[in-house]
Order: sequence, then C-alpha cells, then structure tokens
Amino acid sequence: MTTKNTIAVLVNDHPGVLQRVSGLFGRRGFNIESITVGQSEEVGLSRMVIVTIGDKNNLEQIEKQLYKLVDVIKVIDLSSKPMVARELAMIKVKAEPPQRPEIMGVVETFRAAVVDVGTTSLIVQVIGDTEKIDAMIELLKPYGIRELTRTGVTAMIRGNA
Amino acid sequence: MSAQIPEVRSTNELREKWMKPEVITGSEILLRSLLLEGVDCVFGYPGGAVLYIYDAMYGFEDFKHVLTRHEQGAIHAADGYARASGKVGVCIATSGPGATNLVTGIATAFMDSVPLVVITGNVISSLIGTDAFQEADITGITMPITKHSYLVRDVEDLPRIIHEAFHIANTGRKGPVLIDIPKDISAAQTLFVPQTGPVTMRGYNPKVLPNKIQLDKLTHAISEAKRPFILAGGGVVYSGGHEALYEFVRKTEIPITTTLLGLGGFPSGHELWTGMPGMHGTYTSNQAIQQSDLLICIGARFDDRVTGKLDGFAPHAKIVHIDIDPAEIGKNVPTDIPIVGDVKAVLELLNQDVKRANRADAWRAQIQQWKNEKPYSYKDSDTVLKPQWVVELLDETTKGGAIVTTDVGQHQMWAAQYYKFNQPRSWVTSGGLGTMGFGFPSAIGAQMANPDRLVISINGDGGMQMCSQELAICAINNIPVKIVIINNQVLGMVRQWQELIYDNRYSHIDLAGSPDFVKLAEAYGVKGLRATNKEEARRAWQEALDTPGPVVVEFVVSKEENVYPMVTQGSTIDQMLMGDE
Ligand SMILES: Cc1ncc(C[n+]2csc(CCOP(=O)(O)OP(=O)(O)O)c2C)c(N)n1
Repeated sequence: MTTKNTIAVLVNDHPGVLQRVSGLFGRRGFNIESITVGQSEEVGLSRMVIVTIGDKNNLEQIEKQLYKLVDVIKVIDLSSKPMVARELAMIKVKAEPPQRPEIMGVVETFRAAVVDVGTTSLIVQVIGDTEKIDAMIELLKPYGIRELTRTGVTAMIRGNA
Repeated sequence: MSAQIPEVRSTNELREKWMKPEVITGSEILLRSLLLEGVDCVFGYPGGAVLYIYDAMYGFEDFKHVLTRHEQGAIHAADGYARASGKVGVCIATSGPGATNLVTGIATAFMDSVPLVVITGNVISSLIGTDAFQEADITGITMPITKHSYLVRDVEDLPRIIHEAFHIANTGRKGPVLIDIPKDISAAQTLFVPQTGPVTMRGYNPKVLPNKIQLDKLTHAISEAKRPFILAGGGVVYSGGHEALYEFVRKTEIPITTTLLGLGGFPSGHELWTGMPGMHGTYTSNQAIQQSDLLICIGARFDDRVTGKLDGFAPHAKIVHIDIDPAEIGKNVPTDIPIVGDVKAVLELLNQDVKRANRADAWRAQIQQWKNEKPYSYKDSDTVLKPQWVVELLDETTKGGAIVTTDVGQHQMWAAQYYKFNQPRSWVTSGGLGTMGFGFPSAIGAQMANPDRLVISINGDGGMQMCSQELAICAINNIPVKIVIINNQVLGMVRQWQELIYDNRYSHIDLAGSPDFVKLAEAYGVKGLRATNKEEARRAWQEALDTPGPVVVEFVVSKEENVYPMVTQGSTIDQMLMGDE
C-alpha cells in the first residue's frame, strides 16, 4: 500500500550533503514530494525533513540506504508516530478593492495573514498542515492566483520523545 | 617463480624519520599518510593539478609508483591489487580528464565492494566552479559510485581525511573512497601530525556482530530443513571468512554454491560444492536453489544474474540472509531470517552451536546425482581449439593454483566454469558492472600485490583492445603476468545473444581489423606466442610458463562456441538452455 511518509534525517552540515541525499533518492527510484533543510539543535548538524510516497518496503529501503551515507547520523520515520507537521505558503492573489473584504474573510477564518498589500493584489501567508494549505489555495483560486510558493513540510514528533 | 618487481625502500628508520611532526606541504602530507596506512604501491598518471604531488614523489622510494598508460589502467590495476591482496588499492590522477578517466574503474570497484582510495587533483580552490581549464566536478560526478568522498578545503584537514578514507574504504561493506585535492592545497604548508589512532565518525558505525536471537533461529532452521542449501558470495572472501565457511559446511554438511565473485571462497574440489549458480551456472546449483526449503545466503546480494526472474526464485525456501550491509537485506528478495554482521564473525559464532543437517540425507544424494548427470560439458574438437579446452589446459598445468583475472564476455564465463579455484583471492573479475578492459590491467595490480604467485589474465580479443597499452607497464617493470587472449574474432558474448535471442542477426560484432596480437606484444617488448591447435597450444603455454617475464599467448579458437548452460532473461533459473550436449 502506498502512503505518504515523512522522515527526518539528521546530517552533518557539510557541503554536498543535500546533493548526496537527494541524489540517492533519484538514482534508487524513490520519489521526493518535498524536502526542507535547516539548522538543527546541534551546531554542525542539519535536519532534513523529506516527504516521500511509497509502500512499506520502499520506506524501509530508503531508511537503510540513507544510513549508508557517511554524513547521515540519524533517520526517523516521523509518520509512524504522532507528529506535528507544518508548511508555509505565500499566495499572491489578485485583489481589486471590491474583492478585498471577501478575501480578508477567508484569511481570517484560516488564521492566515496578509503580509503585503499592492494596488491590485495581496500576499497571503498561511501556515499549517498540507491539507489546510491546499484548502486555502482552493478558496483563493476563484480570485486569481498570480504567484504561489510553498516551503515543503517540516515536522516533529509530539510530546517528549 | 618470483617476479622482478622493484623493491620499495621503506625501512623502519626512514619511516621513523618521516613520521615526526613537521611543517610540510599537503603533497608531502599525502605521501607520508599513505605510508602510514601501509601503502606499498600506487598506480597513477600525472598532470597539472597533481604536479606538486608528483614533485614530492621525485626521488621518493618508500613506496612504488607505477606509471600506467591510461588512468583506466591505473584504477583497474589498483582494483586488482585490492582484490588479490585484501589491502586498499590506491590510484592517483590529475583533475578534469584524468579524473573522468577513472569513472568506469570507480564504478567497477563500487559494484563489487572493492576497497580503493582514489586521489584526484583539482584546480586551485578559488577557480573551482568557474569552468577553469581541466576542471571537472569529480566529487559530484562520482557521488553515486563511491562509498564516500572528500573535497579537501583546508590542508589541515588532509591527515584526518586520508586516515578516515582508508578506514571507510576497508571496513563494513568495502568500497571506493575519493579524495579530491585542489592544487593550492597540495602546495600549502601546515604542521603534519601523523594520524594513527582509531577513527570515530558519528555517522559511520558498521555493525560487525550479529543478533544472537537470529543466529538461534538459523541453527534451529538447519535442524528442521530437509533441503538446505548455501549460496555464498564475495562477502565470504572480503571478510576473510573462507575458513569459517569451510568449518560451517564441514559441520552442517549442507551443499553449497558460490557466486561468480565468491569463487575461491570455498574449495571447488569439495564434494558438497555444486559450482556457480545463475545465468551460466550449473544445472545442480540452479535446481538446488529452486527446490531448497532453506536457502542460506552468505555475503551475496541476490544479483539478477544469479536469481533470474525474481518472481519464482527459490519458491519453497525459507530465506536466510547474512550480510554486513543491512540495506541488502530485503532489497531484492524478502528475507525470513535476516542476520546483519560481518560474515566471518557471524560464521564463527554459528560454528559454536551448529550441528549436522540430519534430515537432509536424501537431498544430499539428489544433489550428487545431479552433479554426476549434468556437469558442465562441451563438444571437444581436434580441428579447432575450443575455448573451454584452453581453460582446462590452464587449470591442469597450474593445478588451480594461479591467480586468474578475466575480462568480460564468454571467456570470463568459461574461466569461471572450467578453472578450479581452491583459495580465496585467486579470482579477480568484474562482476557487478561487467567492465570490459578490466582483465589485463587488474592482473598487473594482482601481480604487484603477489610477486611470488603465478598470475594469469584471461581476455577476449575485444576487451584486450580496451587497455592493451598497459603492455608497456609489464615490459618496463618486468611484471610477469601471463596474458591469455581467447581470440574468437568476434565480440563473442554479444554474438551469443544475437544468435540465441536476436535470430542470428549479427549486428556489429566482427572484430576484423584487430592487430596481430603477437606483434602487438613484441612492439612493447613483450614475448608473444600464438596457438591454433591443441599441440601448438600445449607448447606455447608451456613456453609461456617457462619464460620469466610477461608473455602474451593468443589462442585462436572457434568462433561459434556458446556458453552453456544459459538462463535467458525473464526465465526462472531452472529453465536452462543446456546446449548440444
Ligand atoms: C566497456 C564495455 N562495453 C561493452 C560491454 C558489453 N559486452 C559484454 S561482453 C562483450 C563482448 C566481449 O567480446 P570479447 O572481448 O571478444 O570476449 P568474448 O565474449 O568473445 O570472450 C561486450 C561488447 C561491456 N561489458 N563493457
């Protein structure tokens, strides 16, 4: 059964590591839906969060193959545990003055924010899980989306684990 | 028989002198670090980006540097050195074209888990990324085919990097490690403090010892099994586990097959050995895999040339997989008992508990019957030389005691089928990548590592022409490799596929235009001999054995001969074409 899997990969903060990890996905035929990288809690280490689609065997192979990389310190399958997953999107939506109140209404219900106002457009910033962002985009589509950018998912296990 | 390979001059006093902390250049750090790692021989080719390194080697005789005629020759030689000795092979090339010429050899070593440290030069740090003259992103190019790689950014890191590289290359699942050194780094100076201690790297901790519970499961499975079978691979040889394997088989009396890379890991004369499995394996090995109820895979990776069609592979067997690389377990074949650990360590632990497979007597008898009824066979001839006969000649005259390297093609399979290996590290062949051009230069490396052993390199007339320039190395250094060319005038293995699978449509396999190999040898100052019938063959081969230096012996053989048995792609391995006999 194919599912969406979120894995966190703790890696040495060395040049070329992103290339090693993403290259591994490519040549082994694994699919990356999104990938985010940034500093971790420890100096010298970065954390990547990768969302990938595949079955149980794929996921097991991905983990094992990742561990073969010398720069990979730890791999955690987040989706097997209760986790918090968030991504951020910025949506530049067409907004002539008459439409603005309506759009603001959508923004408020989603607890999103308007972070820039142009003469005929707004930039809406939304943070949430992937479904929430998809829903927001659907609602804004009728007004005309000029530009859209999403960060990809970053995630953590809930609680003290 | 001893080779006249020049001695290296390294002495303890010299070593002590070299190993004092001192401010020196990156180039000298490299040389001293290599010495510290026990390197006695490197294969290389100079160029602009490694000139500081070569300058440091001027007059340096603590290890030998072999100047090959092509970087491909250098890396295959380093590979042959590593496979035949168990030590790390080292090669050096310049940036750009020098580095890219290594790619095939790096991939070859990667596929077969061969420990290499590959050193390349690069343009000066400030020019990296500018498409400078002779710049290539070799760490980027080789990322998928190295175990790990380094681009050195600071000369101070160099001693640590070299020490780590050797550690990574030759532990866990072995493999090639690349160190790319920009030219300014090889010129820069720093205080060199020799690195000898244990290496600790957070992200690199190969698991050597297996899980005891899994071992007990296996011991139990053996006592239950009616049709147990062992499939052993290159991991046995690489871990030095051949004696432990012998002991395991002695105790359990389970019949055993060894893969192409596993040849020599178990003595071929043994009653329980069934020959190689897979595409050109024996009838017995393939039947035994398919009918087994317990298949114990030891240091092998279920390559598709071994398994044939996966769906339908070993359909009745409980699968046990012993491997140092956890990622191999379950990659191709679902495993019932996974055992992660070093093959030697695992077998030694197992040998403490394991008992004879008592329920398998009927099975042992069945296997003997297959062995007797369906051995490898070919139709001999008195008018043309048969390649299988040539390999038998080599085997009989050397009592299976030589180190044999091969190129890729039909001759490789005949060598695997008809030469009888009794010792590990006697068989050097490109399995995973199947690299033509590998056979001859790898023999140079194997001979450098084993000056006192007879090294025979078996090549096709096609592959011989991919690295024949290295004849110069044999001549100049008096490396006494016996270079056999099985000349069938065609790209034989391709011809075989075209005959059997592509309806006799022989597209571009005719090697007309090949040189006169005897004259080619002579042009390099190497003795050349040719044989076209059995009598000439015996005489020429004896002369080759009696000649102290390198010799090329060309055996002109029948063109139409095919390798049998053969499992065609898409079939399960018990569906074999057996040939005419
Ligand atoms: C570098 C490379 N190119 C192409 C091939 C494909 N290939 C496999 S076997 C073979 C024919 C080899 O012919 P030859 O060297 O004459 O040996 P023979 O099969 O006749 O013994 C070829 C072309 C290969 N394995 N490696």
